[in-house]
Amino acid sequence: MDRIKTEELTGAQIIIRCLQAEGVEVVFGYPGGAVLWIYDELFKQDKVRHVLVRHEQGAAHAADGYSRSSHKVGVCLVTSGPGLTNAVTGIATAYMDSIPMVIISGQVPTHAIGEDAFQECDTVGITRPCVKHNFLVRDVKDLAVTMKKAFHIATTGRPGPVLVDIPKDVTVNKCEFDYPETVSMRSYNPVKKGHAGQIKKAVQLLLEAERPMVYTGGGVVLSNSSAQLRDLIKRTGFPVTNTLMGLGAYPATDDQFLGMLGMHGTYEANMAMQHCDVLLAIGARFDDRVIGNPAHFAQNPRKIIHIDIDPSSISKRVKVDVPIVGNIPDVLEEFSRLLKEAKPRDIKAWWKQITEWRGKDCLKYDRAAKIIKPQFVLEKLYEVTGGDAFITSDVGQHQMWAAQFYKFDQPRRWINSGGLGTMGFGLPAAMGVQMANPGATVACVTGESSIQMCLQELSTCKQYRLPIKIINLNNKYMGMVRQWQQFFHGNRYSESYMDALPDFVKLAEGYGHSGLLIDKPADVEPALRETFKRKTDLVFLDFLTDQAENVYPMIPGGKGITEMILSEDL
Amino acid sequence: MRHIISILVENEAGALSRISNMFSARGYNIESLTVAPTEDASMSRMTVVTAGSDEVIEKITKQLNKLVEVVKVVDLSEAEHIERELMLIKVRAGAKEREDMKRMADIFRGRIIDVSDNTYTIELTGDGRKLDAFIHALDQGAIVETVRTGASGIGRGSRVLRA
Repeated sequence: MDRIKTEELTGAQIIIRCLQAEGVEVVFGYPGGAVLWIYDELFKQDKVRHVLVRHEQGAAHAADGYSRSSHKVGVCLVTSGPGLTNAVTGIATAYMDSIPMVIISGQVPTHAIGEDAFQECDTVGITRPCVKHNFLVRDVKDLAVTMKKAFHIATTGRPGPVLVDIPKDVTVNKCEFDYPETVSMRSYNPVKKGHAGQIKKAVQLLLEAERPMVYTGGGVVLSNSSAQLRDLIKRTGFPVTNTLMGLGAYPATDDQFLGMLGMHGTYEANMAMQHCDVLLAIGARFDDRVIGNPAHFAQNPRKIIHIDIDPSSISKRVKVDVPIVGNIPDVLEEFSRLLKEAKPRDIKAWWKQITEWRGKDCLKYDRAAKIIKPQFVLEKLYEVTGGDAFITSDVGQHQMWAAQFYKFDQPRRWINSGGLGTMGFGLPAAMGVQMANPGATVACVTGESSIQMCLQELSTCKQYRLPIKIINLNNKYMGMVRQWQQFFHGNRYSESYMDALPDFVKLAEGYGHSGLLIDKPADVEPALRETFKRKTDLVFLDFLTDQAENVYPMIPGGKGITEMILSEDL
Repeated sequence: MRHIISILVENEAGALSRISNMFSARGYNIESLTVAPTEDASMSRMTVVTAGSDEVIEKITKQLNKLVEVVKVVDLSEAEHIERELMLIKVRAGAKEREDMKRMADIFRGRIIDVSDNTYTIELTGDGRKLDAFIHALDQGAIVETVRTGASGIGRGSRVLRA
């Protein structure tokens, strides 16, 4: 192929050209000394839009939310030293949930590296354990190909954040720009196609199952396999549960959906996990918050089929009988093809058992309470938004209630930090979601403690007119910490009470938004209806909720999946 | 159980720390680690001696394979293989001990590679057990200094690890 005549560009120009070539529309970032040349080039063009956050953690979370809600790569740009270290929490959050992101960080000039220069830190060293891969570009000639590799690695195989650290002199130096269309690396070749023999074996197991169960995680969302999953479930008539990261992959309003499983999953989902005879796990990793104690889980005999793109996720915590490493949509299509020619067993008895478990109504709460129950706010939020909103959340009780009570029928609508459990994620993530989905309804479900961790981003929301609706479930406690202290620490509420809270209404107003305090159950729905009519404004709803409410069911840490505490037990 | 794992890795800055980081971050043990470029200077070969159950070793090899710069991984202890380690050991060798020390080095097929008035430095190659045995065979007071490279390994016969 004839190469197009190349031209000499500076490193900073090359970075922008690479971003344009990758189709990047938005970059979330914060300028500083080491990235001044990159910002100078951003200024001179209008293809890549820059969103100025108020703290680099917000940049990483926003890029993350952008990616989760759109399947595009999230990109953020930070300066060296504190710019990067501030972003680390956001990078680690994305890493734990396998979110494709490219982080560009400035670095001190190559000649100053290692001399404890101003705003120097060992970026590659600091981020190494929380990125899929990272690069330090020492020569401008390597810049374009490194950028290509970064996008390639971030989006292929099991996705994840990739960081490119670029010293300031590299952004000034010039070389010919030639962006490769593809890149191949001998050391990086993720498996794509599932093993045909293993797939056959798995389908055979499914056909023979008397008590089948399907358990799916974030991998189904990330690989856009929701349609294939729905097809499989409808074809087989099997029950299905989603993890916290997998919600929306299967419609929550469908009868075959047993709700979320895990520490705060439904009674029926957890019971079915323990008592099934064939378990099909798809893009999920049997983590501690999902199956609890693996020894307890292993007490019941069952055959496990596990489909995942990442071999290291298979047989990590739970020994698997039929591992299938491959791209989920392709493997599921193969499943469906094979299932067309066969009929699974009659599983009426199994469904009868599940229906009995469902009868526990494990999510029930006091609907007649005179004080606002947090669950009630979420039920109303679901109704008022018609189940059609993008919901981001922070971390804690509100996150679990949102997962339990907002019925997600579509993937990529539920945006939360499942793996790292990062308080402060919700608001900046919502900014990313709104940037990726202009005009869509975006709500951030949060609590008075979490929201204060990245509160400064209210200013960013004002600047970019992001009409996010903040649903603050304010119980004046770090609710989940309080709940554990109540259950396991003799009601000693050590440092979990949030004293000296700000007046959130005034605070929202201070940032140029509107706020509303709601303290009566009867006001919940009208306030929500009024708020969601306001398509162009950010509204901060401060709900004063029951301080003593707990999330049920609950599997205590280290316990087995069926050792649930139910609300009626207390 | 002891395992000896061979890793082909891109010869890039940071590759070594990526690998050692993975071991420490996930709580896997490293008994020894050796690394040097291969005949192809763009690649290094690393030998890691570790210990763990079969499940742990499987996890280690999967995690190694997941690292972007790792080209290939093989658990040498799965089949016939050879391993060697080099030790340089400085021992007291005054007039009184000189003869004995020379004989001891000969028995273990060591070579004396440096001589001073009071010391010998002996070079010894073998598997780890042989080097241990040599150390134990000496009067402990005679040892001045030891340095060991850690094991390097290679598969027997047609068993080959290449990119």
